[in-house]
Amino acid sequence: MNSETGLPSIEAIVIGASAGGVEALLTILAPLREGFGLPIIVVLHLPDERRSHLAEVFARRVSLPVLEAHDKTPVEPGTLYFAAPGYHLSVEKDRSFSLSLEDRVHYSRPAIDFLFDSAADAYGSSLAAVLLTGANRDGAHGLAQVKHRGGLTIIQDPDEAQVATMPLAALDFHQPDHILPIHGIGRLLVELERIAC
Amino acid sequence: MERNYSGERNSEIELRLLIEAIYLKYSYDFRDYSGASIKRRVSHALSQFECNTISALQEKVLHDPTAFMQLLQLLTIPVSEMFRDPSHFLAIRREVVPLLKTYPSIKIWIAGCSTGEEVYSMAILLREEGLLDRTIIYATDINPRSLDKAKQGIFSMENVRAYTSNYQQAGGQRSFADYYTAAYGYAIFDKSLCENVTFADHSLATDSVFSETQLISCRNVLIYFNKKLQDRAFGLFHESLCHRGFLVLGSKETPDFSAFGNQFEPLVKQERIYRKS
Repeated sequence: MNSETGLPSIEAIVIGASAGGVEALLTILAPLREGFGLPIIVVLHLPDERRSHLAEVFARRVSLPVLEAHDKTPVEPGTLYFAAPGYHLSVEKDRSFSLSLEDRVHYSRPAIDFLFDSAADAYGSSLAAVLLTGANRDGAHGLAQVKHRGGLTIIQDPDEAQVATMPLAALDFHQPDHILPIHGIGRLLVELERIAC
Repeated sequence: MERNYSGERNSEIELRLLIEAIYLKYSYDFRDYSGASIKRRVSHALSQFECNTISALQEKVLHDPTAFMQLLQLLTIPVSEMFRDPSHFLAIRREVVPLLKTYPSIKIWIAGCSTGEEVYSMAILLREEGLLDRTIIYATDINPRSLDKAKQGIFSMENVRAYTSNYQQAGGQRSFADYYTAAYGYAIFDKSLCENVTFADHSLATDSVFSETQLISCRNVLIYFNKKLQDRAFGLFHESLCHRGFLVLGSKETPDFSAFGNQFEPLVKQERIYRKS
């Protein structure tokens, strides 16, 4: 814990988003400066799971290196990762990625719950998890797991989210450390990085 | 005196013990499976078996082989479809089949065939290319119930409707309905597709190579293995394949980062089609 800010020292950031998520993510991620030192791992639901070019789209707008998370590759600091469409994404204890084809969760594969839950196991209290706009209930359970393991939890203010269902579902489940508008989330991530790196 | 126990959490210890007990008692080796997925499946099993702890589940399956067989169904993932990733099968048709045709007889190994969807897809493709009669297919899996289902070749009509569009996109030359008889919501696949298929129990974690093959298909199996077990599997494939034999994988799998990275070269990289170099 940083005595000046009351914020923990974290090693990784996970973000879950669904409907309205592309815009929300760009608002948070585009201002991050080159050299941002923490890994950011994102599950974003898309209507067509099989073909997506998220990594390419974000690479043009974000100054961090952007990659699709590949099976059994290590989580590298300062890199923005997207889950591959059609596969669940997990983080293993050795901080490498693994993919799987288990059933959909809340009609979704990749599922935010699986990423959050596995990252909570891998990183414990040195994880920050952010849940953004969306039209289903994915992520609520996973976010509670992050909190249970001592991690930092952040939910986008439902009043401001493009679709409030997902933030509201998560708020039903547990009380997060922060409920913030989108710009506030961006500022918090910058602050977390400053403390950690 | 208060002692600070800083070791692993109980559930992690219990999970390791369960996996070890299964290996010692039943010889199914999940020790080098990816941890996150195994943990989720065991958590799911806890609710199915109405056990409060993994230790309670362990006691149950250790003393009751029937309960273990039920648990095995939950630990293996029978999620499959026919002609999954149609472009993959189209690439096999266009790039691999012309080379396979140069062999007088062909042996194909479908490793981790689950309930048979990949087997029927391959058999249909080979029949349309005039190769099925001179091909022997070994279809292997660790789950005997999945193998039984694969042998039966009965799939729900609802799924088969989705497979039909895959089949067409994969370059299918006929009507998909030519390959099955529909009855009571099920599609019963043409038995002659499996005349030269041997279904067999085989584990990539514990068993060895059983035949020389020209093509191995192992799709969406390796993602459930850790690096060490992936290396073992690639080693078996390398040993089994003939000179310049083909290895085809799932859409997110690659030998590139394995110990056998330079022993396979991509033929159609995008479609995960490799050749022994």
